[in-house]
Amino acid sequence: MKKTVLNARRLLCPLPVIRVQNTVKNLGTGEILEVVCTDPGALSDIPTWCRINGHRVITSRSEHDEYIITLEVGDGAVQPAR
Amino acid sequence: MQQRKAVALISGGLDSMLAARVVQEQGVHVEGINFFTGFCVEGHTHAIRKKDKAKSKRNSALWVAEQLGIQLHIIDIIEEYKDVVINPKHGYGAHLNPCLDCKIFMVAKANEWRRDNAFDFILTGEVIGQRPMSQRKETMPVVAGESGADDLLLRPLCAKNLPPTLPEREGWIDRDALYDFSGRSRKPQMALATAFGFEDYSQPAGGCCFLTDEHYSDKLADLWRARGSREYELDDIMLLKVGRHLRPRPNFKMIIAREEGETKFLKGYRKAFTSMNPVSHSGPLVLIDGDPTEDDLKLAASLTARYSQGREAETVEVEVVRDGVSRRLVVPPMPAHKIPPEWHI
Ligand code: SF4
Repeated sequence: MKKTVLNARRLLCPLPVIRVQNTVKNLGTGEILEVVCTDPGALSDIPTWCRINGHRVITSRSEHDEYIITLEVGDGAVQPAR
Repeated sequence: MQQRKAVALISGGLDSMLAARVVQEQGVHVEGINFFTGFCVEGHTHAIRKKDKAKSKRNSALWVAEQLGIQLHIIDIIEEYKDVVINPKHGYGAHLNPCLDCKIFMVAKANEWRRDNAFDFILTGEVIGQRPMSQRKETMPVVAGESGADDLLLRPLCAKNLPPTLPEREGWIDRDALYDFSGRSRKPQMALATAFGFEDYSQPAGGCCFLTDEHYSDKLADLWRARGSREYELDDIMLLKVGRHLRPRPNFKMIIAREEGETKFLKGYRKAFTSMNPVSHSGPLVLIDGDPTEDDLKLAASLTARYSQGREAETVEVEVVRDGVSRRLVVPPMPAHKIPPEWHI
């Protein structure tokens, strides 16, 4: 399955969530997105955003002060955000 | 009957949460919209300051959306919002908060989104009399009119005090099941929250953004004065949230980290600024914003020394990095009583 990597380092919340939202808009159902962030707030915000918008967090881990969240894009029941 | 769709402005506070739920209860499909201006209190400070780490790091707007079971669209308006902050037609509130223009702008953006996404109307958590500048009886029609939303803008918490809007007149919404809250009291909102079973919601005291904060506004005003123009970039306004700010001379200011979290954050900006840090003693990372002369750098170094563990020492060695070139200055720490209070921004 196609995997896209999103660099959200140094961005403070909610910017990582906004980047995820805008990237997911261009991905198809089942595609994988890996987000790399440095703001620990993303560990709570990105999974919440996924839950309310119908996507699935597969893994979330931290490595050398970075947080890596991998998610699978849901089935498109999501309104495109502008 | 066709299910109607409403877009709710979700700030993360209680009022918009209640307003959205009131409309959901009437069978309307609700989705949320939240705007990121760069000044939002959310997120950043939590991420920066270590002492705030223990506090919940959740984003209130996302949390509210989850409680309501609605989708939330977060929109980055950083660029367009600059004009609202710099040239507010209706002026500022107590500080540099352009609340009325801000409301008009956000409702206008929500209305654009509504049109593009084929939603029927907009709702906000506004309450007449709740806020002195932007939520008064006279400003309600100003927001509706100047945003272009007109009678597609429903305020469920105070609708009964206002003329019926299109959603009410068309019967999409039962006006009798809306509310007539007014004034500054929070009691009716709290009672309604209890009735809906909402707990643990956030109630921002001053407002939803840093512009309502006196100290923050002072720092922004200082930045504009020093640059000779009322402009800003996202990094500027982020840095105003971090550290102790001191302006010893008109041509430069110092941003002094107060703790580890801030040091970590400021480190990310070292390449863009002249920076200083004590080396003979432990002490803060300092960024110098502006164009300091050699004498200014010595002054800044002695101030840096003042905020280090060597404040009582005779001299402190300070590393100065300018344009990628590092050197060291040995300076006496400036005594606290010699720092004029007006240097603190
Ligand atoms: S407090 Fe800030 S975000 Fe809220 S209305 Fe005023 S200017 Fe806008």
